Amino acid sequence: MNNFSYLKINELAEATAIHATQSGSQYIGGGTNLLDLWKYNLIHPTALIDLTRVKEGQNIRELEDGSVRIGAFVTNADTAYNPLIEQRYPLLSRAILAGASGQIRNMATNGGNLLQRTRCYYFYDPDLPCNKRNPGSGCPAIDGYNRMHAILGTSDECIAVYPSDMSVALAALGATVNVRGRDSIRSISLEDFHRLPGNTPHIENNLRPGEIITSLDLPAEGFRNNYSYLKIRDRNSYAFALVSVAIGLTLSEGVVTQARIALGGVAHKPWRKTDAEEFLKGKAPDEVNFKKAADILLEGARPFQYNAFKIELARRAIVRNGMMALDPSSQLPGAQPSA
Amino acid sequence: MLINLNVNGQDRTLEVLPWVSLLDALRDRLNLTGTKKGCDHGQCGACTILCDGKRILSCMTLAVMKDGSSVTTIEGVATDGKLHPIQAAFIEHDAFQCGYCTPGQICSAIGMLQEGKASTRDEVKELMSGNLCRCGANVGIIDAIMEVRENFNK
Repeated sequence: MNNFSYLKINELAEATAIHATQSGSQYIGGGTNLLDLWKYNLIHPTALIDLTRVKEGQNIRELEDGSVRIGAFVTNADTAYNPLIEQRYPLLSRAILAGASGQIRNMATNGGNLLQRTRCYYFYDPDLPCNKRNPGSGCPAIDGYNRMHAILGTSDECIAVYPSDMSVALAALGATVNVRGRDSIRSISLEDFHRLPGNTPHIENNLRPGEIITSLDLPAEGFRNNYSYLKIRDRNSYAFALVSVAIGLTLSEGVVTQARIALGGVAHKPWRKTDAEEFLKGKAPDEVNFKKAADILLEGARPFQYNAFKIELARRAIVRNGMMALDPSSQLPGAQPSA
Repeated sequence: MLINLNVNGQDRTLEVLPWVSLLDALRDRLNLTGTKKGCDHGQCGACTILCDGKRILSCMTLAVMKDGSSVTTIEGVATDGKLHPIQAAFIEHDAFQCGYCTPGQICSAIGMLQEGKASTRDEVKELMSGNLCRCGANVGIIDAIMEVRENFNK
């Protein structure tokens, strides 16, 4: 663990300026991932720039076009329990509540949630090779104990999984990430925010150096009537997903008019394919059709020695969650299987 | 860095280095050793305290991050020598064996009840899952919380 200086700032412009001039400085929100990585000697920030009291990004509000903007510095708990989110985007609320613990959700910020890093135990051991931590050193997970690792979008350099539950729901909802840099303000679709490992597993997202996430925009359609988040894990609570599924549906006269399916626990980013969603349009929301959609979404899935079970588990979880989405009132705490 | 904390109703001023956790500041600098260091990595919940009314993990927070905040530790949960209803219920329902997770469990339970989101036993279990108990007193812990929940005033 290295020493660092600490600064709490009120203006984003100040934050980006300091970040640009102080080499090795990092932004901190709730600190629930960053301080853990630092304690394990995986990161060595020279300075922490605390963004939690900046004037922007501290609330959740509806925009003129009916979309909703969620501040990046609002805590996960405040977001999940916000009345606007509970009513209009219950899928997001459920997904957030399926992750971490009550205490961690009280501390963690929305921006920080998006930026959290893999919990791959090889990544977490600084004495072992890891292409993410140390480019070119190798990936011990590929031929190692890879039960928690990815089955989709992997590369020869990295098979890590991205663990955020919130992001799986954001992917299904088609969120946009608003960011601010020293000289720029821009938006990135959530789909394009996180990267697959390819041959650059050390670069996890498409932020430019110094950029800060300020808010997330959710399109007006929140799938409030038919939605479900299902998280399959080794325990009923307080564990990362083996596989998770976020589904949102709009139905009319017994058939699907719009569908969204996103998977967690299976790749370096939330996994979503519009082909699988297009397939469901005009079809009855039943097990046969959810299974066909699952087959499309899981195309190209590649098993490793200890995680082959994830492919069939994901297929069944998609079907199960599709059926759960037909009756959201049947959902259990912790995104457990129900209905 | 100089920071101000209101701890259990008392204003305290501390000189701390930036990387000192709130947990270490409470235990080592203020001698409030009721809050425990179980894992020091945000996984066990033994370090749970109430900060500005919310339950948080003090091991995953830097003291400097909470400059200006009010903190309640297990030492501050009873009032005027009278046990908090959660504390009394923990005794009544055999909710601890070794007692190590207990301060964190109690602070977490108080914070959880103040959040007001747990109605059923299953919801209480889910919302308390961030506090681990290796002695297996979990059933008693949930029983204690369920009893207090019936009568809780925010």
